Amino acid sequence: MSEKTLTIKIDGAEVKAKAGQTILEAAEEAGIYIPRLCYLKELSPHGSCRVCLVKVGGKFQTACTEPVVDGAEIENNTDEIKQIRRDIVDMLFVEGNHFCMFCEKSGNCELQAVAYRLGILAPKYPYLFPDAEIDGSHPDIFIDKNRCILCGRCVQASKDLDGKGVFEFVGRGPEKKLAVNAEAKLSDTNMDVVDKATDICPVGAIIKKRIGFATPVGQRTYDEKPIGSDIEQKKS
Amino acid sequence: MSENISKIIKEVCEANNKDRTRLMDIVEAIQESVGCVSSDAMNLIAEEIGCHRVEVESVISFYAFLSKRPKGKVAIRLCNDSVDKMKGADEIAKAFEKELGIEVGQTTSDGKITLENTPCIGMCDQAPAALLNQVVAPSLTVEKVKAIVAGLQKDTDPSKISLGLGDGNNADSLVGSAVNNNIIKKGDVIFADNESGTGLKKAITLSPEEVVDMVKISNLRGRGGAGFPTGLKWQFTRAAQGDQKYIICNADEGEPGTFKDRVLLTEKFDLVFEGMTIAGYAIGATEGVLYLRGEYAYLRTFLEKKLKERRDASFLGKKVCGKDGFDFDIRIQMGAGAYICGEESALISSCEGLRGDPKTRPPFPAQRGYLAKPTSVNNVETFCSVTRILEKGADWFSDIGSVDSAGTKVLSISGACKNPGIYEYPFGAKIQDILKDAGAENTQAVLVGGPSGQFINPSEFSRSICFSDLATGGSMVVFDTKSDLLKVVEEYMEFFVEESCGYCTPCRAGNVLMKERLGYILAGRGEIADLAYLEDLGGTIKKASRCGLGQTSPNPILTTIKNFKPLYEKLMKKQEEGMQPSFDIKAALGDAERIAGRKSVIYTD
Repeated sequence: MSEKTLTIKIDGAEVKAKAGQTILEAAEEAGIYIPRLCYLKELSPHGSCRVCLVKVGGKFQTACTEPVVDGAEIENNTDEIKQIRRDIVDMLFVEGNHFCMFCEKSGNCELQAVAYRLGILAPKYPYLFPDAEIDGSHPDIFIDKNRCILCGRCVQASKDLDGKGVFEFVGRGPEKKLAVNAEAKLSDTNMDVVDKATDICPVGAIIKKRIGFATPVGQRTYDEKPIGSDIEQKKS
Repeated sequence: MSENISKIIKEVCEANNKDRTRLMDIVEAIQESVGCVSSDAMNLIAEEIGCHRVEVESVISFYAFLSKRPKGKVAIRLCNDSVDKMKGADEIAKAFEKELGIEVGQTTSDGKITLENTPCIGMCDQAPAALLNQVVAPSLTVEKVKAIVAGLQKDTDPSKISLGLGDGNNADSLVGSAVNNNIIKKGDVIFADNESGTGLKKAITLSPEEVVDMVKISNLRGRGGAGFPTGLKWQFTRAAQGDQKYIICNADEGEPGTFKDRVLLTEKFDLVFEGMTIAGYAIGATEGVLYLRGEYAYLRTFLEKKLKERRDASFLGKKVCGKDGFDFDIRIQMGAGAYICGEESALISSCEGLRGDPKTRPPFPAQRGYLAKPTSVNNVETFCSVTRILEKGADWFSDIGSVDSAGTKVLSISGACKNPGIYEYPFGAKIQDILKDAGAENTQAVLVGGPSGQFINPSEFSRSICFSDLATGGSMVVFDTKSDLLKVVEEYMEFFVEESCGYCTPCRAGNVLMKERLGYILAGRGEIADLAYLEDLGGTIKKASRCGLGQTSPNPILTTIKNFKPLYEKLMKKQEEGMQPSFDIKAALGDAERIAGRKSVIYTD
């Protein structure tokens, strides 16, 4: 990757970037948080959740997939973009069954944290209440597809980081679901609790058993500070 | 799983060199010979080609023509497109149900026949139509249904049923189909007479760069709907680094109401293959792929033979036309029932043996396409135009059509008109003139470009077909005043919900929400504010979706709100004080009333 320095503007502020970086990476280095859900630094960008949508030269692009171009003017925190992000997060809530008050991921959940950060208090769309499976077959790992947002992190992590390929998506459209590499159950795969794929679920769809409440509610990651604070701290 | 089936699976994998990227060919072949790709079959395929079982399941579950559970020896797929419904598809479905004694979605108890629905199969000009495995049964009547069912009950080979023969090459022994071409208006470019090979021979006297330049000068733009300049696409693909490059012909026309590529492939295959070969020369590719939609499988053997004839004539293969250093050949890749695969990057995914998910862009296919190599994907009709441009010259071509849109456009016209079929117009043709030619009367609306395009009302019929006004991939559906337009809109939204790949949030979830709210309005439980809600939600889907499918999927609702607002307003009830119309209090009280064993005294009927 070239080390040539480029200059871009995010909401009018000049940001230095390196050639080959994506908008999201460049923003992050400059201490600007762009909300995201499917993106994870260790994985190649998926571009599926669409939460990191920005406007580049008048065109909508996902910041996690769009490379920086010298002189690009990027809209990130405009009313239009914020509204679209809220709409998308709203959609993710209503297409699944997310009951934060009973969910052991609450406070560590990126979906919940992004929703709060975007100022969502109640979804504006009607709940779709889909039927979803749970899979408790594995001795150490629990899968609850009610909470799955189809971000693809576990699919990629298992394939690329763990070298296993435990997960894939099946079906299409609203019927698209997470599936495991077995006829039915996670316990029939070679998934292990120390796998990266166990750790990277942004929501409570893949969780480790028996440690759900080790950290009490109120003392969890996003109970302390809003999501993105760590990135914004870099800005001095 | 029986030993026999295991043997078949192993043979199929072997025949495809156990190549993971040819998974589509493998599962299609197994589906065809065994009737399904069972759970055990998935395990064996995965073992044979060296991938995970769930990858095989992922692919099978994506395509409508592949299935995990056994289907009947014959799958009767009834086209339930809106045009077919206009022409009586519901009666046909009932007739099939009655004759077979099963409902749509079921298989007969003897395991012989499965009856199911399928979206547009490209036969809107001879609707209602159905597929009997790969055999097309057009222009169905209740009598024909009876004959078909009686025939299939005797022998489950649908090719033995006498459905008659269509015109032109449809009557060729390798097609043997009852489909008719219905070519009604021939223009100067595509349907004019030409001599096979002239364009290609001209091309090889030029340098590849000169061919690219010629196509650029001609102002040819992609005919699939998006209208990207063809020459520019080729220039990018030619300039991209890669030891191998590919040309792909997008013959996955799935836009409801489109059937022009069916006719081009039946009658003008030479123009298509020659255009691909010229493109291969221009960008430096040695391999071409024709991605043929599963619904057109009946054309496959015929097209394979035509490819062989071109090889024998030295139009394909090593040293094409004797030109040193120019090798090019074409293979056919079958699709398996997925509208999204008409999107070029989804089509590439499918060719690679993956789910038909669109790819992340950038990189664009021109840089990193099929098998990660530079690839140019062009429409069937685009390739036809290319051949003619090489034959007759760039200026000849750019002089045809309107100022910003060179050449002609082949339209598939269907619906409420006397003469449904194929019409080739120079760009700039006006809707009102086209409607007159097609014999349309009492027209309420025209759907230009299929459901991903727009519904226009009679005040707009002076508009014209061209890239700066009404751009279209070629689908044109006419609705007269008898049509319940909003019902049609609902059917098209159902189509988009079912055909979304599900990769990105706005398209996957947003269209379900659009359809849900439209349903409330149609049920008389809408309010005026719902229109703003739909426009707002539709706007988000258009802006935030990842590919062209999502970005256009709310169009049936958005363009009818814009152009047919009174139809919506007519359905709105006056709002009762303090009540939300979408909330049905009687329905909500149903459970409580049952439990209490009495009716509500406040909310009475």
